[in-house]
Amino acid sequence: MTDVTDSGRRSAAATASPRQERGFVRRALDSDLFYSFKRSKLVVLAAILTACMLSAALFAPLIAPHNPYDLGSLNLLDSNLPPAWLKEGDPRFLFGTDDQGRDILSTILYGTRSSIAISLLAVVMAIVMGVSLGLAAGYLGGYVDSAIMRIADVMLTFPTILIALLVNGIAMTAFKGRVSSGGQFWILVCSIGFSFWVQYARTVRSMTLVEKNKEYVQAARLIGLSRPAIMFKHVLPNVLSPVLVIATINLALAIITEATLSFLGVGLPPSEPSLGTMIQIGNRYLFSGSWWMVAFPGITLAVLVLAVNLLGDWLRDALNPKLR
Amino acid sequence: MKFRTWAVAGALAVGLAVAPASAKTFRYAFQGDLNALDPYTLNETFTLGAMGNVMEGLTKRDKELKIIPGLAESWEIVDPLKWRFHLRKGVKFHNGEDFVADDVIFSLDRMRSPGSQIKSRAPADMKAVKVDDNTVDFVLTSPNPILHYEWDTWYIYSKKWAEANGATQAQSATATSLNPFALKANGTGPFTIVSHEPGVKTVFKPNPNWWGKPEHNLTEVIFTTIKSDATRVAALLSGEIDMMDPVPVQDVERIKSNPSTDVLTGPELRTIFLNMDQMRDELLYSNVKGKNPFKDVRVRKAFYQAIDIEAIKSRVMRNLATPSALLISPLLYSRSAEFKRHPYDPEASKKLLAEAGYPNGFEVTFDCPNDRYVNDEAICQAVTTMLARVGVKVTLLAQPKAKYFEKAGPTKKYDSSFNLLGWTPGSFDSWNVLANIAGCRDADGKGGTFNYGGYCNQKVEDLAKQILVEVDPKKRDELIFQAFTIVHEEAGLLPLHQQALVWGVNKKTKIAQRADNQILLYWVQKQD
Amino acid sequence: MLAFAIRRLLEAAIVMVAVALLAFVLFRFVGDPVNQMVGQDTSLEDRMQLRKDLGLDDPIVVQFGRFIWNAAQFDFGISYQVKQPVTTIIASRFPATLELALTAAVFAILLGIPMGVYTGIYRDSWLSRIFLSVSLIGISLPTFLIGILLIYVFAVNLGILPSFGRGEVVQLGGWTTGFLTISGLKALILPSITLGLFQMTLITRLVRSQMLEVLRTDYIKFARARGLSDKAVNFGHALKNTLIPVITIIGLQLGAVIAFAIITETVFQWPGMGLLFIQSVQNADIPVMSAYLLLVAFLFVLINFIVDLLYVWVDPRIRIHGREA
Repeated sequence: MTDVTDSGRRSAAATASPRQERGFVRRALDSDLFYSFKRSKLVVLAAILTACMLSAALFAPLIAPHNPYDLGSLNLLDSNLPPAWLKEGDPRFLFGTDDQGRDILSTILYGTRSSIAISLLAVVMAIVMGVSLGLAAGYLGGYVDSAIMRIADVMLTFPTILIALLVNGIAMTAFKGRVSSGGQFWILVCSIGFSFWVQYARTVRSMTLVEKNKEYVQAARLIGLSRPAIMFKHVLPNVLSPVLVIATINLALAIITEATLSFLGVGLPPSEPSLGTMIQIGNRYLFSGSWWMVAFPGITLAVLVLAVNLLGDWLRDALNPKLR
Repeated sequence: MKFRTWAVAGALAVGLAVAPASAKTFRYAFQGDLNALDPYTLNETFTLGAMGNVMEGLTKRDKELKIIPGLAESWEIVDPLKWRFHLRKGVKFHNGEDFVADDVIFSLDRMRSPGSQIKSRAPADMKAVKVDDNTVDFVLTSPNPILHYEWDTWYIYSKKWAEANGATQAQSATATSLNPFALKANGTGPFTIVSHEPGVKTVFKPNPNWWGKPEHNLTEVIFTTIKSDATRVAALLSGEIDMMDPVPVQDVERIKSNPSTDVLTGPELRTIFLNMDQMRDELLYSNVKGKNPFKDVRVRKAFYQAIDIEAIKSRVMRNLATPSALLISPLLYSRSAEFKRHPYDPEASKKLLAEAGYPNGFEVTFDCPNDRYVNDEAICQAVTTMLARVGVKVTLLAQPKAKYFEKAGPTKKYDSSFNLLGWTPGSFDSWNVLANIAGCRDADGKGGTFNYGGYCNQKVEDLAKQILVEVDPKKRDELIFQAFTIVHEEAGLLPLHQQALVWGVNKKTKIAQRADNQILLYWVQKQD
Repeated sequence: MLAFAIRRLLEAAIVMVAVALLAFVLFRFVGDPVNQMVGQDTSLEDRMQLRKDLGLDDPIVVQFGRFIWNAAQFDFGISYQVKQPVTTIIASRFPATLELALTAAVFAILLGIPMGVYTGIYRDSWLSRIFLSVSLIGISLPTFLIGILLIYVFAVNLGILPSFGRGEVVQLGGWTTGFLTISGLKALILPSITLGLFQMTLITRLVRSQMLEVLRTDYIKFARARGLSDKAVNFGHALKNTLIPVITIIGLQLGAVIAFAIITETVFQWPGMGLLFIQSVQNADIPVMSAYLLLVAFLFVLINFIVDLLYVWVDPRIRIHGREA
C-alpha cells in the first residue's frame, strides 16, 4: 500500500518537474543569449572544450589511468619515459612520464583539477572583494573612498609574488610548518585572490565615478531609492563589462601565477603537482629533450586559457546591453 | 657574435687584416654571485676559488688537491708544537710591495678579527713568531697533524696596503659604513681584478709580475653570474660563454651532443645524507605519540634499506652521483672501499619496521631544501615515494634554503624530524665530519652544530678526540675506521651519495677540474 | 587642483608607512639570514653573536622602531650579502630595470592600442580574429616559459640575439644605459617582449571592449550624423573616451611590469632590481628587501598620482569630484 502512494507521489513529482524544466529550456533556447551563442561556431567549440576539460578535471579520479598522488604506486624506474607512440615509450603511459615516474596524462587530469579550482576560487574571491569595495569607494566617496583606495595602493605595491610569499610565510608560522597539501591549496587561493581584488576595485571605482553623475542614477536618487539599491541594482550592471574582461583574463592569469609561484618555490607541494607546477618542472627538462614533460601540460593550459577567454569575450559582448 | 666572425673573415679576405687576434678572453658563468672581494668575510667555495686567482696562501693545492708550496717555499715540523715556514723570496703584491713575514703575521691577526668567517683556519691559541723577513714559526699548544690543510684558502694580505686602505679588519656584517676596500683586492696571485660589479660581472687580467710560471694563455677573463639553469645552458650552447658551472644533470646529453660544447664531470667532495631526529623523546610532526621511532636502530635501518640508491643515481642524478656508505668522499679517506651500503631491500625494511612495532609504518614530515644541492627536491621526492612503498607516510616540505636552514637548524632549535643535508669537510679530513655532522650536540646546537638529527654515541666522541691529536697516519686511519664503523652499523645518519661536479665547456677551452669545485683560471688554455 | 594634489601627497605618506609595516612583517618570514652569511665552519657562538649584532634577537618593537627610524633617513644599511650600502646597489641596478620596463611598456602600448582600436572597429574581420588569437599567446603561457622558449629559438637555434645580460652599457653620469650600443639594444629585445607581451594582450582587449561600447553611444552616432569623417570619429571622439579604463589599467600594470620584471630578469639574468630582489629573498638579505619594497612603493604611489591627474585631464566630469574633495 505504502508503495503505491509513494510511487504515485513520485510520479506526480516526476511529471511536475519536466514541465518546469521544459519551460526553462524553451525559455533558454528562445533567449537572445542562446541566439548569439548559436551564431558563433567558435564559441560553441570553446564551450564544448571548456565543458570537456571541466568534466575531465572533475572526474579525474575516475578516468585517469593512474593515481599520480598515490606515492606508493610510483616507481622511479618508470621516470622520464617518452610518449607511448615513440621508441622506448611504454603503453602504460600514453603521454610519457615525468622525472618521478608519474604518468603525464593522469597528472594533467589531476593537475587541471587543482589549477581550475585554485583559479576559480581566487578570482571569485577577488571579484567579490574588489567589486564591492570599488563600488563603495566610487559611490560613497569621501573617507570611505580614501581609505579603500589607499589600502588598494598598498596592496598593489606588493607584487602578487610577494603577497603570496607573505601569506605563505604567515600561514607556515601559524601552522608551525604542519601545512597539509590542502592547507597549501587555500594559501594559494588566498594569496592570488588577495592580490587580484585591487584591479577590480580600481576599475569599478573609476567607472562608478563616471556613472554616478549620469541622469539615471540621479533619477533613482530622486525617487528615494536606498544607496545599496542604487549601487547594486543600477550602477553595478553598468560597470560590469570591464570586470568581466579582467575576470576572464584573470582566470588564466591565476593559473599562470600559480605556475610562477611554484617557479619561485612556494607553489603546491611537488608531490601533488598542479598544471602550473608541471610546467615549472617540465621547464627544467626543456633542453634535455624530454619535451613531453612541458609540452602536454603547456598545451592543456593554453587550450584551457583560450577556451575560457573566448567564452568570456562572448559573454561580455552578449551581456552588455549597450552592444545589442 | 656571428657578426664579428663575419667581419673578421671579411677583413682577412680583403687583406686588411690588422694584427692577428692575440687577445684571448675567457668568459665563464656561475649560478651564484661573487659577492665579497674580501675572502675573509665569506667562507664559500666559489668566492674562495675566484679570489684564489688573485690572492694566495702559504700553501696551494695542485690539480689533484695535493698540498704544494705556495707563498711558502717549504715548511718543517720542528717539534709537534712548532711549525716553521720558509717564505718565498722576491714575491711582490700587485701594488709593487714586497711580500714579507710581517704580512703573514698581520694576516693571522686579520683572520681572527671580529668580522672574519675563516677563524677556523687555525687554532685560536696558535701564535705566529717572526724569525726573520722570510721565516715564520707557528707555535701550538697541542699537536695538530692537519694544521695547514686549509691554508691554501687562507690568503695573505699586504700589511701596508691593508693599513693604507683601512682594511686591517675583515668587514663586520653589522658595519654601518662601507670599508673602502670592499671593491678592491691586492694579492700576489696570477690575476688582478680590473673591475667588479657585484652580482653582475667581474673582469680579471693576468698579473705580468707573478712569481710562478703561467700555465694559461689568457689576456682577459670575464666572470658573469647566470642564475637560471636554462639560461646558463643556452649561453654555453650559443657560444656566449666558454665555461659554466654547474650543468643541470638532465642537460648533460644536450651539451655533449652540441658540436662545439662538452661536459667535464668528476667526483665532488660533497656528501648528501639524511638526518633522523634521535634526540627528542617524542617525534615532531608525526602520528607516533609519546616515543620517538628513530631512537630504535631497526627503524633507522628500515629507512636505510627502503631507499633504492641505484634508482636515485640513474634516474634522478643521471648517473652523475656516486652512492656512498660513508659520510665522506672516498677521495678523502683511504679505507672507504671497506664500507658497503646496507642493501636496498624493501621486504627487509618492512620486516624491521614490524619488529620495531610499526607494521603499518608511521607518519613523519621530511624537510628538504629546494635550491641548495643538485636536484635536492627531486631526491627528496624519490625518497618520499620509496618510503611510501614500505608503509611510511612521509609529508615532504621542500623550502628555499634560507627557510630550510632556519627551520631544520639551530636557529629554530632543529625543528625537524627528518631532513636532507649536504656536507663537504673544509679541511678535507674525516675528523671534520665526525665532529660536525656525527658529533653529539645539545638541544641548542653546542657541539656538532650540523648534526641536524642529533645522533650521539659516546664511543664515537672518544674516538674523535683521539683522531684529532694522533699524528701517525696509519693509526689515525684505523681510529677513523672504528668511528665510521659504529656510525654505519647503527645507521646513525643515512648517507646517500656524493654528487658529481658537472662543468660545461666550449671545446676550444681546456681547463683543469679540481674536485673541490674551485674554478682556477691559471689552468685555462683557450685555443683559437 | 592644488588641494587635490596636496591631499594625495599626504595620503602617499600614509601609504609609505603602511608599506614599511608590511615589509617589516614580511621579513619575519623569509628565513634566517645568518646561515647565508657564514661558512659552514663558523662556530655556533659566532653565529649567535652575528644574530645579536644584526639586531635579530631584539624585541620586535625595537626592531621595527629602528627600521622606521633608519628608513626615514634613507639609511637602509649594508647588504648582508654584497657588503655594500643598499642605496648604492639599488642605484646601480635601477637603470637596468627602468630601461627594461619602459621598453616593454612602449612595446605593449604601441602594439596594443592600435590592435585594440582595429579589432574594435572591424569587429568581425579576419585580421581582428588573428590579432585577438595571437594576443592570447601572451596570457596562455607563464612568463618564464615564454622567456625560455624565446632564448631557445633566438639565442640557441638562430644565434642572433643574446641569451643573457644587458650587452655593453654606456656610463652617463650615474646612469648606465644600453640604449646607445648595438649589443645593448639587441639585449633588450627578448626581455622586453617577454615582459611586455602580457600587458600588450591586456591593453588590446581592453581598448577593444571599450571601443565596442563607445562606438554605439549616441554622441558617436551624432558625430557621424554631423558628417565627421570616420577617422575623426574613431580617433578624435571614440578613442579619447575609451582611455579612462585604459589609463587606469596601464597605470596599474606599471606596477605589474615591475613585479613581473622579477621573473623576466631572473630568466635573462638582467642585472636589475628584480633580480637583486629575488636573490635577496633567497638569501634573506633584509636590508636589500626593505629598500626595494619601499622604492617600489614610492614609484607606485607616484604613478598613481600621475594617473589620477590624467583622469582629471581626460574626463572633465571627474574634475568636479576633485574640487569637492
